[in-house]
Amino acid sequence: MPEDLNWAIGGEAGDGIDSTGKIFAQALSRAGRHVFTSKDFASRIRGGYTAYKVRTSVDRVESVVDRLDILIALTERTIDENMDELHEGSVIIYDGERSTMEDVEVPEGMIGLSVPLQRLAEDAGGAIMANVVALGAACEVANFPIENLDESLEKRFGDKGEAIVENNKEAARLGQQHVQEEYDHDFDYDIETTDNDYVLLNGDEAIGMGAIAAGCRFYSGYPITPATDVMEYMTGRVEQYGGKVVQAEDELSAINMALGAARAGARAMTATSGPGIDLMTETFGLVATTETPLVICDVQRSGPSTGMPTKQEQGDLNMALYGGHGEVPRFVVAPTSVSECFWKTVEAFNYAEKYQTPVFLVSDLALAVTEQTFPPEEFDMDEVEIERGKVVEEDEIDSWQNEKGQFQPHFPTADGVSPRTFPGTTDGAHMTTGLEHDELGRRTEEEEVRIEQVEKRTQKVQTAKEEEDWDYREFGDPDADTLVISWGSNEGAMREALGFLEERGTDVRFISVPYIFPRPDLSEEIEAADDVIVVECNATGQFADVIEHDVLERVQRVNKYNGVRFKADELATEIENTLAGADASSQEVEAE
Amino acid sequence: MSSDVRFTDFKSDKQPTWCPGCGDFGTMNGMMKALAETGNDPDNTFVVAGIGCSGKIGTYMHSYALHGVHGRALPVGIGVKLANPDLEVMVAGGDGDGYSIGAGHFVHAVRRNVDMTYVVMDNRIYGLTKGQASPTSRQDFETSTTPEGPQMPPVNPLALALASGATFIAQSFSSDSQRHAQIIQEAIEHDGFGFVNTYSPCVTFNDVDTYDYFRDSIVDLDEEDHDPTDREAAKEKILEGDKEYMGVIYQDDDSVPWEKREGIEGDMSDIPDGAPEGAMDLVREFY
Ligand SMILES: Cc1ncc(C[n+]2csc(CCOP(=O)(O)OP(=O)(O)O)c2C)c(N)n1
Ligand code: SF4
Repeated sequence: MPEDLNWAIGGEAGDGIDSTGKIFAQALSRAGRHVFTSKDFASRIRGGYTAYKVRTSVDRVESVVDRLDILIALTERTIDENMDELHEGSVIIYDGERSTMEDVEVPEGMIGLSVPLQRLAEDAGGAIMANVVALGAACEVANFPIENLDESLEKRFGDKGEAIVENNKEAARLGQQHVQEEYDHDFDYDIETTDNDYVLLNGDEAIGMGAIAAGCRFYSGYPITPATDVMEYMTGRVEQYGGKVVQAEDELSAINMALGAARAGARAMTATSGPGIDLMTETFGLVATTETPLVICDVQRSGPSTGMPTKQEQGDLNMALYGGHGEVPRFVVAPTSVSECFWKTVEAFNYAEKYQTPVFLVSDLALAVTEQTFPPEEFDMDEVEIERGKVVEEDEIDSWQNEKGQFQPHFPTADGVSPRTFPGTTDGAHMTTGLEHDELGRRTEEEEVRIEQVEKRTQKVQTAKEEEDWDYREFGDPDADTLVISWGSNEGAMREALGFLEERGTDVRFISVPYIFPRPDLSEEIEAADDVIVVECNATGQFADVIEHDVLERVQRVNKYNGVRFKADELATEIENTLAGADASSQEVEAE
Repeated sequence: MSSDVRFTDFKSDKQPTWCPGCGDFGTMNGMMKALAETGNDPDNTFVVAGIGCSGKIGTYMHSYALHGVHGRALPVGIGVKLANPDLEVMVAGGDGDGYSIGAGHFVHAVRRNVDMTYVVMDNRIYGLTKGQASPTSRQDFETSTTPEGPQMPPVNPLALALASGATFIAQSFSSDSQRHAQIIQEAIEHDGFGFVNTYSPCVTFNDVDTYDYFRDSIVDLDEEDHDPTDREAAKEKILEGDKEYMGVIYQDDDSVPWEKREGIEGDMSDIPDGAPEGAMDLVREFY
C-alpha cells in the first residue's frame, strides 16, 4: 500500500470548496506528489453539502479509499457526512468562533483544531480568504512546506493582481501560525515532497485535450452535467487551432451541426450525458447510414430520466451498444482511466474516419470529476497519429466515378469502406441520405441494393475487428483462479483492491476492458478461470450480459448503483463475499 | 468555380417523383437558377434538406448534398458552413419540417445569422404523410387528423423570423418563376441568414391554398412603395396578416454574418498528420 494521506474540505455549495480543494491538490502535484481527487456534490448551485477530497501519495494513486485523515469542516454537517471515514487520530479543522460551529463536538479519539478562519482572514485582508487560512492550518498539520501553496495561489488569483495574491499567502501563513502557536501537538502526518513534475487533470479535460490533439476542429454541444467540462475545456482552445466551439440550442442541434461539420471535412465531436444521448439517437442513425465520421461522447451519470445528475453510474452501455432504431454499425470505446480518456479519444477519431462510422466514446462521472496526476510524458504528443481513411483527392476522383462520371460515395468495396470527398473537391459532388440509398447516395428500396448496402456497412465492423488491436489491460496474477473483469472507471479501484485481496490471501487476475464494441475475445481467459466476476456501476450487469453472451457462460456479478463509485477496500470485500457465495452482497452496497 | 455554369448543371439525372403540378418543381428550378446566377457551381455548393416532399429536393439537384432527419436540416447547414465558409450552403424544407418539429432550430438559426440561405416550401399541409394539418394551415382547414380544422391560429413564419432578429426576410411564389428566382438570388447575396418562405402549392392534398388562390391574392412588394430596409414598415406589413406579400420584406444592410464576427476563416478539413505543433503546451497548462 502506498503511504497515502487523505484530506478533504467540505461545506455548502457556494463556499468555494472546489477552488480551495484544487489549490491544495495543485500544490501537492507541484511538490512532486501524486494526487487523486474526488468530489461529493449535489445538484444545486448554492446550499447543500459538497466536498472535495484529495488522496495523495509519493506513489501513483488510482482510487479513493474509505479513510479521511484531515478534514476541513466549514459546516457541522461536513463532520456528520464523513463520520464513516474519520478514524482515531483524524484531524478536524473548523472555525469554532462561527456561530453555527460553536457547539461542534469532535468525536472521541479525533483531534479537533478550532481555528478562527474568518477572523484571521480578515486580518489578512478579507473574510473571503477563510478557506485559505484553513489550507495554511492543514499544511501545518500535514507537515507540508507552506511555500508549496504559494504557486497555486498565484495561479488561482494571479489575474486579480499582486495584492490579492499576497493577501492570500498571508492568510495561509496566519492559519499555519495559529496551529503552531495554539496547538502543541505532534501530528502523525508527514508529507514528503519529491522533485517530480506532474500535471493534474480530470477525465473531461483529458477528452478535450485528446480531441484537439487528434485534430478535432469543430465541437458543438449543449451543457449537461457531467459532460460540460469537455465543452468548457475546448472553448477558446479549439479556436487557437482554427476551429470553433458552438453552444447549440439543444442536443438535436448539437449532433446535427457536428454531422454537418464532419461532412464538410472537419474532425467533429459532440459530448453529452444520458438525457442528451437520448435526444441524439435519431441522428445517430443518420450519421451511421450516411457513413459520416463522428465522435459522440457520453459522460454517463445516474439514470434513467434525469436520475441523479451528480452521481456515478455506468448504466448507458446498452444504449451505446443497441440504441437507435434499425441496425446501426458503430464502435463503442470506453476509457478506463483519466489518461486513457486522452488516448482513447485520439483513437476514436481515427476509427471514425477510417471506417466512416459514428464512434461512441463512453466515459462516466467518476472519470469526469476525478483529477489525477501524471508525468507529462504520459501525454506525449509525438505519439499521436492521425489516420483520415479513404479521402479522395481531385486527381484520383475518376477512379471512383461511374461510367456517367458520377462520384459514388457509398461504393460497395470489399472492406466495406467507401471513398470520401470533401465538399469543394472538383467533380466530387454527391448527395447522401438517411433513407436507404444506392452507391450514388440516392434513395432506393430495391432489395438487392438494400442488401448490398446493409452488408457493406456491416462489413466495416468486420474489417475493423480484423485490422485493429482490440486489446485489454491486465493486472494482478495471470495464473489466478479468480478472474475479475471490469470496464470504464473501475480500473483504478480494482487495481488497488488487488493489493487488499493479496494481503488477505486471495489471488486475482484482473482484466480491464476499454473496447466495448468491437471488443476483445475473452473466451480463453474465462475458460482458464474457476470464478469469473464482472464489476460495474449499474444494477443489472450490462457488461456481464455481454460477456456471458460472448462465451455462453454464467458469470458472477458485483454491482453498485447507489450513485457512488467503487472504493478499493469495499471492492475487495465484495469480491471476497462473492467468492464465498455470501448472498445478496450487492444488496448491502445498495443499502449503504 | 467556372463562369460558364448553367442552371441545368445543378440538375441531377433523377426524375422527380413529385405529383405532376406540385409547386416544388418551380421552387427547385428557381433555386438552381439563382445558384448559377450567383456564380456558384455544384462542387462548391452544399444543399441540406429536411424530410417531406420538399425534402426530396437534394435528390433532384446535383451538388454536395445531405438529406437528413425531420426538422434538423438547419443545424446541419450551420455545421457545414462553419467548417468551411467557402461553401455556398442552401437549406430547404417544408412548413411542417421547419415550423413544427424544427421550429426551435429555426428561431436559433435566425438569431445566429450564419451566411446561408433557407428556403421553406410552404404548402400549408403535410404532403408526404398524406394530408395532415401543418403549422401554417388555416384555423378551419379540415384534414384527416383535424376534422374540424386545427382550431388555432397558423404560425406566421415571417413574424417569427422578425421577432428572432432576422436580417433578411422574403416571400415568394413558386409559379412566378422569374420573381421567385430573383428573390432567392437576393437571399443568396445577402451577407447573413437569407430566409425565404416560398408558397409552393400541394395539388394533391390542399384544395384551399391553391395556385388560383395565391395568384389572386398575392401582392408584389415591387409594386408597392415598400422600403425593405425600414424595419417598422416591414413589421407593419408582416403583422397585417391578411395579405400574401411577395418580395423582400426586410433586409438589414449592416448585417455581418456570425462566422465573420466569430473570426472563423479557413476550411477546417485541413489538419496535420499528427498532433498540432506546440501541442505539448496543452499538457503544460495543467502544471
Ligand atoms: C421524427 C419524425 N416524425 C415524423 C416523421 C414523418 N413525416 C415525414 S414528412 C412529415 C411532414 C412533412 O410536412 P412538410 O414539412 O410540410 O413537407 P411537405 O411534405 O408538405 O413538403 C412527417 C410528419 C418523420 N419522418 N420523422
Ligand atoms: S403530395 Fe403535395 S407536396 Fe407532395 S409532391 Fe404531391 S403535390 Fe407536391
